[in-house]
Amino acid sequence: MLQEEKVIINHHGPFFGPYGGRYVPEILLPALDELEQAYLAAKNDPDFIAEFRYYLTQYAGRPTPLYRADRLTQALGGPLIYLKREDLNHTGAHKINNTIGQILLAKRMGKTRVIAETGAGQHGVATATVCALFGMKCEIYMGEEDTRRQELNVFRMRLLGAKVHAVTTGTKTLSDAVSAAIRDWATNVRDTFYIIGSAVGPHPYPAMVKDFQSVIGRETREQILAQTGCLPDAVVACVGGGSNAIGIFSAFLDDPGVRLIGVEAAGLGLDTGQHAATLTLGKPGVLHGSKSYLLQDEDGQVLPVYSISAGLDYPGVGPEHSFLKDAGRAEYYPVTDQEALEAFSLLARTEGIIPALESSHAVAFAVKLAKESPGKLRQIVINISGRGDKDVHQVAEHLKEVEHEPAGR
Amino acid sequence: MSRLAASFNQWRREGRKAMIPYLTGGDPDLETSYSLARACAGAGAEVLEIGIPFSDPTADGPVIQAAVKRALRAGATCRKVLQLVSRLRQETDVPVVLLVYFNTMVNYGEEEFLVSCRAAGVDGLVIPDLPLREAGPLLETGRRLGIDFIQMLAPTSPLSRIKEAAATASGFIYCVGHVGVTGARPAISAELPDFIARVRAETDIALAAGFGISSPEQAASIAPLVDGVIVGSAFISCLIEHMNRYGIGAAAPAAADFIRAYRSALGRFMLN
Repeated sequence: MLQEEKVIINHHGPFFGPYGGRYVPEILLPALDELEQAYLAAKNDPDFIAEFRYYLTQYAGRPTPLYRADRLTQALGGPLIYLKREDLNHTGAHKINNTIGQILLAKRMGKTRVIAETGAGQHGVATATVCALFGMKCEIYMGEEDTRRQELNVFRMRLLGAKVHAVTTGTKTLSDAVSAAIRDWATNVRDTFYIIGSAVGPHPYPAMVKDFQSVIGRETREQILAQTGCLPDAVVACVGGGSNAIGIFSAFLDDPGVRLIGVEAAGLGLDTGQHAATLTLGKPGVLHGSKSYLLQDEDGQVLPVYSISAGLDYPGVGPEHSFLKDAGRAEYYPVTDQEALEAFSLLARTEGIIPALESSHAVAFAVKLAKESPGKLRQIVINISGRGDKDVHQVAEHLKEVEHEPAGR
Repeated sequence: MSRLAASFNQWRREGRKAMIPYLTGGDPDLETSYSLARACAGAGAEVLEIGIPFSDPTADGPVIQAAVKRALRAGATCRKVLQLVSRLRQETDVPVVLLVYFNTMVNYGEEEFLVSCRAAGVDGLVIPDLPLREAGPLLETGRRLGIDFIQMLAPTSPLSRIKEAAATASGFIYCVGHVGVTGARPAISAELPDFIARVRAETDIALAAGFGISSPEQAASIAPLVDGVIVGSAFISCLIEHMNRYGIGAAAPAAADFIRAYRSALGRFMLN
């Protein structure tokens, strides 16, 4: 393959414009320096690149298909819709790309214990999986509320040999899980590797996670060119912390004709206060080690967030997304629970693909885009970042609650 | 020379070790918190460290997390804690250091925050999630306004970082005794003496040890190595216990007793 030497792309400094940095206790700086050094050495080491590529191909099942969704395209009557099938990865989401990269690095650095935070549980499962694969001790922090919403994933993690800590502070969701993981790391920094699951956190995490996820964008670019001979008009991906989005965006940043669209969780609606629309309603702040847009009140307290999707339920966002928003290179729009649920059903019924609730947000926005601009767009790529098996129970519960209302379909 | 630095020099000449209690501003409510700070100063605390509550205090353990939660529930804000310091200033000259997470400053406006600190009579800032290399020009603004940036060193800090702190620190250096987050520990870290010695070898600036000190005896055993001790979680736990048992009015007398007990343990070194 031509791209063989570019499995991992270029390094960024600690900042993306004014965003990013290393806003962490002094106690963690030596560990971040050590990580950065190890990462810089690894990404230039052909052996590391070959090993990373080996596990992506032989273990995770890459490359994932870029599939032309004809029935969805017909249903919308507009541009051709292509789906990047990250849901077909081992463990059911894009998260495995990053955990393979980071576990190889942890092994290289001689660490023996791995910790991670998780929201929906997909990153927790992907971390527990690679820890089983490499025989590492694994502990996962997950908000208590999320352990309830995603019971099946908690069981999967335990089955894989991980210890799951239910975090009971704050809103008991993803943000609190990150804080708990940071506290663990500060305490056990000498033998512990913290596998952050999204393109968030202190440098070098946002850059490193982007690099590991950039395989999504590289494959997509090659595949769409091979299948259609031209680049897509828009690439749409959901954004919680933003790792699947930055992964697929990364290959198109220098193609000004390709609109890059990130979709955030509007929850029950932007005016209800029950949402996680960080880039739409937040303002710059510092949380979990980096400067980025942040949902906060007038006193700077981080606001509780809500989404039906546990993976988008985060008050911050990766610093590069803040940069891309300000620079006008990417656009970010909110999508409600209701719209996401409709898209969830739509994709299931038109294509036989049940997307994760997170990815359903991206599908929902693409539906709007296709309907609103007929004729203007020729082709759209949606990143189906994960599969929806984990969400079926929750969606069933939700439909039960609203079953007395007209179904609409 | 800042007031903090001058005070530590004076205490060093007198052979006095500083007792530095930590309180979360507005915990359990603003009025009680004010009376606690007053009681500490009255009972002989050399410096007060007051935390501005932040929703996501990642450097803090369970006791201070709970304190922050109580304070926020009772309506504490950054501005109200600054007002508390102003009010305290009308009664006492005790140096006050604020513990503030960086987002609070970013939200307030970083320079504007420093100006407000100066107006309120704050002497120094501990910003647990702002390492020196990210502080940039703020350090200079702080210097101009006479606000010390209290730097933190940990047993994991490499020599290069210790040298960097020695070259740039003002006020005092906060030596984190335990690798980890704040919270009382049953024993003093075995690596503390060696760690303090490594820092002491690089600088004459005052050193205060914190994180995990939970009894007057522990404080006394560390005292010969440092210029002061910071006691947070153990202090708050003691106050909460008294309030739960005897009501909110018991908090201030309990605070004074607590400070006196530590002062008396530390006082044994005054004649050395």
